[in-house]
Amino acid sequence: MSIIEIKNLTKEYKRSTKALKNINLEIKTGELFALLGPNGAGKTTLINIICGLVNPSGGVVTIGGFDIINQYRQARALVSLVPQEIHLDPFITVEQTLEYTRGFFGKSKNVELTEQILKDLSLWDKKDSKVIQLSGGMKRRVLIAKALMNEPAVLFLDEPTAGVDVELRRDMWKFISKIKQSGSTIILTTHYLEEAEEMADRIGIIDKGELKIVEDKKILMQRMSKKQMQINLQKPLYDLPKELQLSNISLSQDKQTLTIEYGNGTADLDVADLMQTLKNNNISIGDVVTKQSSLEDIFIDLINK
Amino acid sequence: MNWIGFFTIYKKEMARTFRVPLQTIFSPVITTVLYFIVFGSAIGSRITVSGDVSYSQFIVPGLIMMSLLSSSLAAASSGIYFPKFTGTIYELLSAPLSYLEITLGYTLSAATRAMVVAVIIYIVSLFFTPVPILHPFVALLFVFLTAFTFAMFGFIIGLLSDTFEKLNIFPTFVITPLSFLGGVFYSVDMLPDFWHKVSYANPIVYMINGLRWSFFGTSTVSPVISMSIICGFLFICLVILWRIFKTGYKIKT
Repeated sequence: MSIIEIKNLTKEYKRSTKALKNINLEIKTGELFALLGPNGAGKTTLINIICGLVNPSGGVVTIGGFDIINQYRQARALVSLVPQEIHLDPFITVEQTLEYTRGFFGKSKNVELTEQILKDLSLWDKKDSKVIQLSGGMKRRVLIAKALMNEPAVLFLDEPTAGVDVELRRDMWKFISKIKQSGSTIILTTHYLEEAEEMADRIGIIDKGELKIVEDKKILMQRMSKKQMQINLQKPLYDLPKELQLSNISLSQDKQTLTIEYGNGTADLDVADLMQTLKNNNISIGDVVTKQSSLEDIFIDLINK
Repeated sequence: MNWIGFFTIYKKEMARTFRVPLQTIFSPVITTVLYFIVFGSAIGSRITVSGDVSYSQFIVPGLIMMSLLSSSLAAASSGIYFPKFTGTIYELLSAPLSYLEITLGYTLSAATRAMVVAVIIYIVSLFFTPVPILHPFVALLFVFLTAFTFAMFGFIIGLLSDTFEKLNIFPTFVITPLSFLGGVFYSVDMLPDFWHKVSYANPIVYMINGLRWSFFGTSTVSPVISMSIICGFLFICLVILWRIFKTGYKIKT
């Protein structure tokens, strides 16, 4: 079942190219959807339209069946946004900023919920501190805490770990997984492909306002990934035997390494056959290394097409 | 209607006011008291105005109105400009709040702050001279409508400004001169014929005279005309706001 449906969504800015071109996308209830794309691809524009911060030029977006324009109250009540930049009122306390957020959503103060969220995000001891006194990492956590005060069905995380250190990023990933386990749908944009690889159920890749691909992460990795075997030879090989003169096999310049590419429609590889061929040609193997392309390689491949 | 949302904005803005009371409440009060001492007590003892009203009494409604205008305008313009500047406006725009609720939250809190200032100024003036209010309910209506209208005007300025400089252009170059020329310290009747007529193009003349009538029962301009002008100005502000929100100009891209 879909919680968000986007049909023929376009966004055109004055004096500029189209920021979004006919986007069609469905987000399934309870999934973690990662939206990837280079800078200026349209990720934030897409999220901002869904959340009500940017007016669409055309198309329809519904959240939980509610149109984001005509039924904006019901639609917005279901979503919360963690913005890319740290947008916080610096002069109020952590607890106040959380309570105000809940109030904007038309919900009465809930002391227990505030305490729980602050504790979950390790901010409880900072509840009376002014936002201006917090570190960058803490401010990012406050942004997430604020978004959770609405108890949203859909949580948008626009590059939530941008600029945070590795340890904090790992903590955030754990926390995001915990939110997902509680049943929330999460839509994540990120530059860290490792982040999407680690957490996402499905991945969408957007570039120049176009949604290039939307796929289950595992299927995408399987379908798009290439495998590579590198055989380091004991002696340089000056003449590649005829049986090995294939388009997916290459010899390095120093004549010491054979590289065989396979998978993703390039070629199949029969390891036993290959070893036999090497043996028949008296080629001695020093070492064998196999490598599978990461999401980052897939992403770069798609963007460069 | 998202009442809790509206009240949260109101509460947040009032908390902002009382977080810096020296700047928001006492600064305008002290400035007005200085005007009162200089113009009311020192110079005013040598000036006569018509009827039983002394000059010290005469300037009280004008001083209240002058503070009311600038306080409500400043509160509402800075109130909405600050979230735009810090980026926290995303919270309001992504929450299930209508533009009406957002506008009322900011403008009513700004009007409240200005009215608190006005009440304090009135109380302080009583230490200098007795100032009875002949029509208190009419006075309250004038004070509220003026505060609300200028809060609306300030809200528009805050929405349209994208720098601190632009935020201050209107108050400094338009509102302050118009307030001084609006008959705070004199009756427009005292001016030469030409300037007397020019003065009627200044909307602040009507606001000051409206409050003056509710205090003393006499003024240069009829209270009905004063009230109509204030309502007309409020209507213009509402139309401009409606356009801004409809197009998302300077708020949404």
